[in-house]
Amino acid sequence: MEPLSWTGSLSVLNPVVTGVAALLALAVVAQMVLSLFAPEQSVKANPDGTLVARGGLFGGSEKAVKWLFLALVLLGLAYVVAGVLTPMGTAGIIGAVCKKLTPVWGSIIVLFVLSFRFKRRLGLYGKLFDSSIGMIGFGIVMFWVFTAIFSDIVATHDVLSQISGMKNKVPGTPTPDGAGWYLLGGDHLGRDVFSRVIAGSRIVIVIAPFATVFAFMVGITLGLPAGYYGGKLDTGLSFLANLILAFPVILFFYLLVTPEIVQTGMPQYLGVVLFLFPIVFLMVLVNSRFYVVPTRRNVMVGLIAVVGGYFYLSFVGEAGTRVAVLPQSLDLIHMPGNMLIVFVSVVFVNSPTVFRIVRGIVLDIKTRDYVAAGQTRGERPWYIMIWEILPNARGPLIVDFCLRIGYTTILLGTLGFFGLGLSPESPDWGSTINAGRKLMTIAQHPAIVPALALMSLVLGLNLLADGLREESLKD
Amino acid sequence: MLIFLLRRLATMVLTALCLTLIVFYLTNLPPNLEKLAKSEAGSRITDAEVTSWLEKNGYASPLLVRYGEWLGVVPGWTHEADGVVQGRCIPRGTDPDMAPTFCGILQGDWGFSSVFKDNVSSILSTRLGLTGLLMFWVMVVMVPTSLIIGVLAGMREGSKLDRSLSTFSIASTATPEYVSGVILIAVFATSMGWKVFKGTATSAMDGINFENFFLPVITIALYGIGYIARMTRASMTEVMTAQYIRTARLKGVSFRNVVVKHALRNALIAPFTVIMLQFPWLLNGVVITETLFNYKGFGWTLVSAAGNNDIQLLLGCSVVAVFVVLVTQLISDIGYVFLNPRIRIS
Repeated sequence: MEPLSWTGSLSVLNPVVTGVAALLALAVVAQMVLSLFAPEQSVKANPDGTLVARGGLFGGSEKAVKWLFLALVLLGLAYVVAGVLTPMGTAGIIGAVCKKLTPVWGSIIVLFVLSFRFKRRLGLYGKLFDSSIGMIGFGIVMFWVFTAIFSDIVATHDVLSQISGMKNKVPGTPTPDGAGWYLLGGDHLGRDVFSRVIAGSRIVIVIAPFATVFAFMVGITLGLPAGYYGGKLDTGLSFLANLILAFPVILFFYLLVTPEIVQTGMPQYLGVVLFLFPIVFLMVLVNSRFYVVPTRRNVMVGLIAVVGGYFYLSFVGEAGTRVAVLPQSLDLIHMPGNMLIVFVSVVFVNSPTVFRIVRGIVLDIKTRDYVAAGQTRGERPWYIMIWEILPNARGPLIVDFCLRIGYTTILLGTLGFFGLGLSPESPDWGSTINAGRKLMTIAQHPAIVPALALMSLVLGLNLLADGLREESLKD
Repeated sequence: MLIFLLRRLATMVLTALCLTLIVFYLTNLPPNLEKLAKSEAGSRITDAEVTSWLEKNGYASPLLVRYGEWLGVVPGWTHEADGVVQGRCIPRGTDPDMAPTFCGILQGDWGFSSVFKDNVSSILSTRLGLTGLLMFWVMVVMVPTSLIIGVLAGMREGSKLDRSLSTFSIASTATPEYVSGVILIAVFATSMGWKVFKGTATSAMDGINFENFFLPVITIALYGIGYIARMTRASMTEVMTAQYIRTARLKGVSFRNVVVKHALRNALIAPFTVIMLQFPWLLNGVVITETLFNYKGFGWTLVSAAGNNDIQLLLGCSVVAVFVVLVTQLISDIGYVFLNPRIRIS
């Protein structure tokens, strides 16, 4: 088979795209410079009731940016649509990649159409679709989420299988057996870069949000009482949080994730403590709500204790390690390799920051009248904390949650970059970047592709957080 | 003010003690010591020999005692075998009676690196010098750029300029050093893009020039620029909506003068704190960037010490790192008080 070029038969479009992109860049710069001298309103009302848009050079550059951007988006869509519709390989590498991603495009379209349709009934999520930045961010994030879900269908090759003739081959090289292409080239061991990036998305999309949820549970469970009660408890916990925050993250990773320390079971003991918090949080949540209905409360708390306890034990323990409570046959969750240790260290690093944020918000909110009203009604402290204060703190917390998933992704990448944590052949992005960076002078794509993937996901999360912040401030 | 300072200092010392104790505990766990014994005395020694080696070299005493010895508040261990007195504070071949009783961090004795075969203090001072140079240039690039971006974006909230610059700062905070470094190397230092700069900074240790130092500096600066710019923007927009700015505008002061003379000074108080608190983050960036560009500064030393189980050097590195973090926190607190007239005068 022929090696693929980047755009294949669509290469007629390339000069147009380059031209439009160059013009757009020019227009954006012109607009930025000109806006320093422009009047503030973009639309002026005349005395006779008509409206006039801003004219002159600045108005022109504004319009140019708008239309050129639209043209660029349409051209980009043309590549995607042509790639999906034409048979594999005729539309070059970009077309082939787009074709492999067909289920992802389909799901995104369905999701966006549905969300637009029911926008007004969906609360904060629906409002997200009023902000273009938030929508772009959400689109990028959902792209990676769906890629992770469909990664088995999207990937073209096995993640670990090596083809010796494909070492460091450029993107679009056909495999020797003639069955397909290495769409984004081969890495230093002759594995398919495209499939590895796709498979790596699953690792990130599973670990990062979960670790962030756990960090939030820890931070909230400790931050609420610290802010509400204050005093010695607050001083102690804040000191502890500052202690962890003053610790250089990389040094901490090196100390916790090395094989010698893993042998002592240290990270697992840390996990034993940290993973207790979600159960404690849920129990307190239910207990404070149903305190007045003891039978119902007892049933629910018991249920949480049994189900949560089971998950807890199978999550923390693993037969054959230091913490092995459940036998192999009853163990529900098997963490491959060092996954648990990576998970624990990421949660541990993130929770003090969440603690500080929650504590700060609680200190602010507890002075409000409705908290005082709750206290006079005789509501108990934990009810006030969880059912009065926490719901009113959700805005900043949701925004921080999005940002923190991005930060967790960066941390996971950092761990991989230093070769700590997950096994070296794992396809997660950090490890792949680490493996690829050592041969940058020979082949660049094995490092660049996962680097761009990681960057786009974090960028999407940051844009999403920005959009959410904007929309939640509008209330 | 004095009481505030003293309290901050006391907390700082306590934090430093706790953190070094944690590092000391983690680096001195039994498996690490066993590995150390095997690398020093031969990898095929038996368990009994490991135990005796550890006993002979003072690793058998309780953890807290060893921590005290390392810190210099507990007398160093001595050990007599075959009529020869050995000890922590007695260098080989010197008279035991002349040796000091205490030798630890507080006495300026940082220990001996088992990998580089040199005194930890001399290794750290040369490495820190190299990193200091890198940090200096990072600051030179990062601080003015980010402040300008932040002020420009914040002076007219919601304008096109604000949108473009804010998007840029979001993009830059979304790009960790190992991503931007890899992309920059690919674009500017390999056959894929233009070969303008060098992909390694190893030669920069002998002499800095634009070619070998530009990429590492930009790599670290990029990640910080976005964050500081966003903080500056937030503080600037807040100032621009203040009453006195409106008054100045209504009096007829031109927009330029309002920004430069009235808003700027007040808007730069918050970013100062942020820049100071950015140092610990830069430390992370330095470790990643120095590893990526093979620039043998402090970060590179930390990684190689941690990777090679070089206990003394790792402890030294962590002392420096913790010290940097705590001192910058203190400076940012004090600086905030000094810069803000409302707090300073009251």
